[in-house]
Amino acid sequence: MTKAQLLLRERSVRERMTPPSRFGDEAFKWLTLTMALAVVLLIVLIGWQLARGSSLAIQKFGFSFLITSTWDPVAEQFGALPFIYGTAVSSLIALLIAVPLSIATAVYLTELAPLWIRQPIISLVEMLAAIPSVILGLWGIFVMIPWLRDYPFPFLKRILGWTPIFTGPIYGPSMLAGGIIIAVMIVPIITSVSREILRSVPDLQREAAYALGATRWEVTRIAVLSYAGKGLFGAVILGLGRALGETMAVTMVIGNTPQIAASLFKPGYTLASVIANEFTEATTDMYLQALFEIGLVLFGVTILVNLIAQLLLKTIARGASPRAVQ
Amino acid sequence: MLTQVMPQPQVVEDRDRAAIPPSDAEAESLPMAVQAKNVSMWYGAKRAVDNVTMDIPAKAVTAIIGPSGCGKSTFIRALNRMHELVPHTRVEGTVLLNGENLYSSDVDPAIVRRRVGMVFQKSNPFPTMSIGENVIVGLRLNGVRDRKFLNEHLEKSLRMAALWDEVKDDLHKSGTSLSGGQQQRLCIARALAVEPEVILMDEPCSALDPIATAKIEELIQDLKKHYTIVIVTHNMQQAGRVSDFTAFLYMGRLIEFGATTKIFTNPGQKQTEDYITGRFG
Repeated sequence: MTKAQLLLRERSVRERMTPPSRFGDEAFKWLTLTMALAVVLLIVLIGWQLARGSSLAIQKFGFSFLITSTWDPVAEQFGALPFIYGTAVSSLIALLIAVPLSIATAVYLTELAPLWIRQPIISLVEMLAAIPSVILGLWGIFVMIPWLRDYPFPFLKRILGWTPIFTGPIYGPSMLAGGIIIAVMIVPIITSVSREILRSVPDLQREAAYALGATRWEVTRIAVLSYAGKGLFGAVILGLGRALGETMAVTMVIGNTPQIAASLFKPGYTLASVIANEFTEATTDMYLQALFEIGLVLFGVTILVNLIAQLLLKTIARGASPRAVQ
Repeated sequence: MLTQVMPQPQVVEDRDRAAIPPSDAEAESLPMAVQAKNVSMWYGAKRAVDNVTMDIPAKAVTAIIGPSGCGKSTFIRALNRMHELVPHTRVEGTVLLNGENLYSSDVDPAIVRRRVGMVFQKSNPFPTMSIGENVIVGLRLNGVRDRKFLNEHLEKSLRMAALWDEVKDDLHKSGTSLSGGQQQRLCIARALAVEPEVILMDEPCSALDPIATAKIEELIQDLKKHYTIVIVTHNMQQAGRVSDFTAFLYMGRLIEFGATTKIFTNPGQKQTEDYITGRFG
């Protein structure tokens, strides 16, 4: 082919081309924007719906709904404090149990475990998340509670009975049992998020510590955990979000008694449980309104926890940013 | 194939050779810091280092050059047992550090790494620690608690790493607030603080600009008065500038080892000459 022919060919290729279309870019931008806004809209709508459904109760009880303890559907007197207390305490117990367990598991899996044992453990932990909540509740009623009642609870009472939180008769269904079942349910999420966080710590950080003569534990402490601290905190908050809203299994083991008792052996009640239990019985308008307001409180608490967590993360990030070195 | 211009270990009196590049005759009379004997290394079934025997003189800079994948970074990891962090690696042969076998069964790899420090390709200060904490973390790890001693060593190490004047007012700031070159010198200070016998540098300037590189090279010249330095580098000019001895590795094998002046002006092997003149690699 001569040079002239080549030039001709090039021209014919160009002639066949259409100018780049901007339509695709625009459509893509609007499509994704719509999807993103839909998520935000959904949250706003849920909040609005909850507020609308509980407007009468909010008018009638006002702020006292949050700070009084009477829950009397017959007299139409409603106060949510025992449920708020129950949700807070059961979630706290769950975190106290689940956080050390989950982070230790994640550290073992990323830093110490031989390769052949990692995948089986990871799969098992993930399977735990796949167990339906109601099945876990059944297991709680028929296996966990009888066992707790016979062994760990009496043991706790014997050695820690002098404190107010482990006193009184042991029934079985209790705040402590509720907290433990929530812990079982949030271990998988905290573990797998923590594992991802720890895996994202650059090997260069570990090598830096090893090169100074650090032992495995020291490497984990100075190079891995401190680097991952922020992310691990995020994992814990994610677990807390789950714990606050956990419903079915908790309802089955917590005892469902609206009371505020110091002893963890006493039954309690959570915001989510009271909605699940009493929705079908809510015969009067005000009763239904009160349950809607419970829902609104739970919705608010969950969003608040996430907001505070993000604020905290930003404050910590202002110090040293682990993302600066990669 | 495996030709070496290798001196036998002999103890001579220590002196400052910072300014004088050694000739071959001089090399023969230097004390040896590290002696690698028939070292072979595998990643799984792949042999990365093939029967390397090399004596590294004390208080001098030894450069290891060679094309990518020739096993140079792998080889220096055998000198402080860092390769053990990678699963399925295996070493054969012996490595003597001032006469002691690093691979005998009673040696703790953590102790080896205290004696043989390391600086990496990319600077890796601990981001949650301040500049000061980064420097003394090695001492802390090894049980030093005395506040006064730590402070003295903090200053001494930063001075040796030529960083003190730049950071002395910002010791509480995060190590990652420094520039790339400063971070790398911080990592050198961190390695110096535990007073190792040998410092391994794995392409310490590959992520730095020419000015920061020049500072590190100058620093290396100062450090060899007190330390044995082994530097892996891609950059042949750098090897020529900073090192007293050069080893050329190719496909896992040691092709040639000798005084840098000799390797660069009158190499004994055709392959070395081809690599240095840029015919391959």
